Amino acid sequence: MSNAAQPAQRLAFKDTPLGHFVADFSANPIAVIGFVGVLLVVFIAIFAPWIAPQNPYDLMQLDFMDGNLEPGAQTALGFTFHLGSDNQGRDILSAIMYGLRTSLSIGAASAFIALIIGATVGLISAWFGGRTDTIIMRIVEVQMSFPAVLIALVLLAVLGQGTEKIMFALVAVQWAYYARTIRGLALVEKNREYIDAARCLRYSQTRIIFGHLLPNCMPPLIVIVTMQVAHAIALESTLSFLGIGVPITEPSLGLLIANGFHFMQSGRYWLSIFPGLALVFTIVSINLVGDHMRDILNPRTRGQ
Amino acid sequence: MSEDVLLSVKNLSKTFSKPLGLGDKFANLMGAGRKPETVRAVDDLSFDLRPGEALGLVGESGCGKSTVARLIMGLLSQTSGQIEYRNTPTSQMSAHDLLKIQMVFQDPYSSLNPRMRIGDQIREAINVHNIVPKAERDAYMASIFEQCGIDDSLTKRYPHQFSGGQRQRFGIARALAMQPDLVICDEPVAALDVSIQAQIINLFMDLRKQKNLAYLFISHDLSVVRHLCDRVAVMYLGRIVEQGPVDQVLDNPRHPYTQALKASSPKISTGKRNFEPIRGEIPSPLDPPSGCHFHPRCPKANEQCLREMPKPQRLSETMSISCHLAT
Repeated sequence: MSNAAQPAQRLAFKDTPLGHFVADFSANPIAVIGFVGVLLVVFIAIFAPWIAPQNPYDLMQLDFMDGNLEPGAQTALGFTFHLGSDNQGRDILSAIMYGLRTSLSIGAASAFIALIIGATVGLISAWFGGRTDTIIMRIVEVQMSFPAVLIALVLLAVLGQGTEKIMFALVAVQWAYYARTIRGLALVEKNREYIDAARCLRYSQTRIIFGHLLPNCMPPLIVIVTMQVAHAIALESTLSFLGIGVPITEPSLGLLIANGFHFMQSGRYWLSIFPGLALVFTIVSINLVGDHMRDILNPRTRGQ
Repeated sequence: MSEDVLLSVKNLSKTFSKPLGLGDKFANLMGAGRKPETVRAVDDLSFDLRPGEALGLVGESGCGKSTVARLIMGLLSQTSGQIEYRNTPTSQMSAHDLLKIQMVFQDPYSSLNPRMRIGDQIREAINVHNIVPKAERDAYMASIFEQCGIDDSLTKRYPHQFSGGQRQRFGIARALAMQPDLVICDEPVAALDVSIQAQIINLFMDLRKQKNLAYLFISHDLSVVRHLCDRVAVMYLGRIVEQGPVDQVLDNPRHPYTQALKASSPKISTGKRNFEPIRGEIPSPLDPPSGCHFHPRCPKANEQCLREMPKPQRLSETMSISCHLAT
């Protein structure tokens, strides 16, 4: 079997690791449904200002006369409130679209920042081992022994409200989880021979850690990031619901639920229910994708 | 020390120890004096390698062959002893100079980064160390691939798309791209099919002729070593027991262990199952036998072997042997 005897051929997409992944992923209908759900949610979040029927935070567009309308109600001007309106005449559908934008961007951004911090700390911990490892991992364990909501509550109580503050709180809650996970992955990978080979090629430690070790820890990490985005969105909604999350001028889904929650008893169910459904849909979609990615990327559950 | 020595290993030792458990540490505080369990993986090893020379290092699994390779590469640090490359200790050499010593690994499946295209892995090494000027890099890579028998069009693929033999060619190409003078080969053909083994061994022989490479060729396969090497050193439990030119050591072994090793390797040519396994198990390196490590398995062992560790003695200019019975 001489190499030269093989005909020259271009590498087909299906032969790349990504190609395998796409093929495996699309084989499962539930995962595809989840993926379509995520795409839909992301699309709405990005294009909310252009596709929402009204801008719910432009007071010029709101009319008190349209307040408290039921889902499907139409105004004299021909505007339909598909999901009803709140007491200020705000279209709930539009509010949900804008709320998704806030929730998703806070969730994704904080998960990503936490990933960068957590991954760096975890890789350093695994690579250097010894005392460095012990100290970092003890900090991580202390951090993880507190419930996430509690830490976030304390931090926000100290820092006050604000989008960047809630992101800080979410990062502070999540980084330890990434650090511990990537440390475990890196401890296995660092003893593989390709790392020895990289050392024999006299690469710098930074290059070995971030150029060779990190990419090989990536697949399980991507799954965790996906799940953590959902977790961050849920946590942010919890905090907003409790009234210490995002400011009232930039409501997320959690805040919308909280605002409508008081009117549940008076029969205006749509104020809370629809934002709640949107939140559930978002989180379930992301988790479906994450779950299935985990099954594909985990060799033990593969092919079952 | 003579000028024409490429690699010189002097009295190299490596001890691995298992850290004491909490209970033992506590007992030590109370004055128990417990010592950590230690393994002398490499024990007072010395050999020289001249430019362009191929030295085979043979022995049973677990005798410390791979540890020697990892010590020379600096993947492990020695407990005591010296490793000198062109009269400079490797620990004092710059990263760039150390590129002159390269390693080919045993397992071609795990020694290539699975998430990087094959060509990129080799290009990265060339780029990072600026082995050749930018303008010549493509041509240089092409020439390396050609020497290693790799088709240019395959370089955009990932390691899992190749067979073991092809991967080993990439492993060799990556080492070769660094323009080494010395290549440490840690059982480079042990994981390959026999038919592929021959190809890879031929590749090693061709490359050596073309580039005047020196090899430290670690193997448990005597026939491979005979084919490829000029000299051979036989290791047993961390020590070199016999060292000399390949034909002398393998055709006319003097040390009882080498004799047993030779007798135990199956030969197809005779058509008979005439090999005899060495009697007994390889002793635990945690608790090596006293005196000559080989005495519990040696057919000729006597009182002296049990008590005294044999010193290496020179039989001729090139031969040396550590045995009380060899004269």
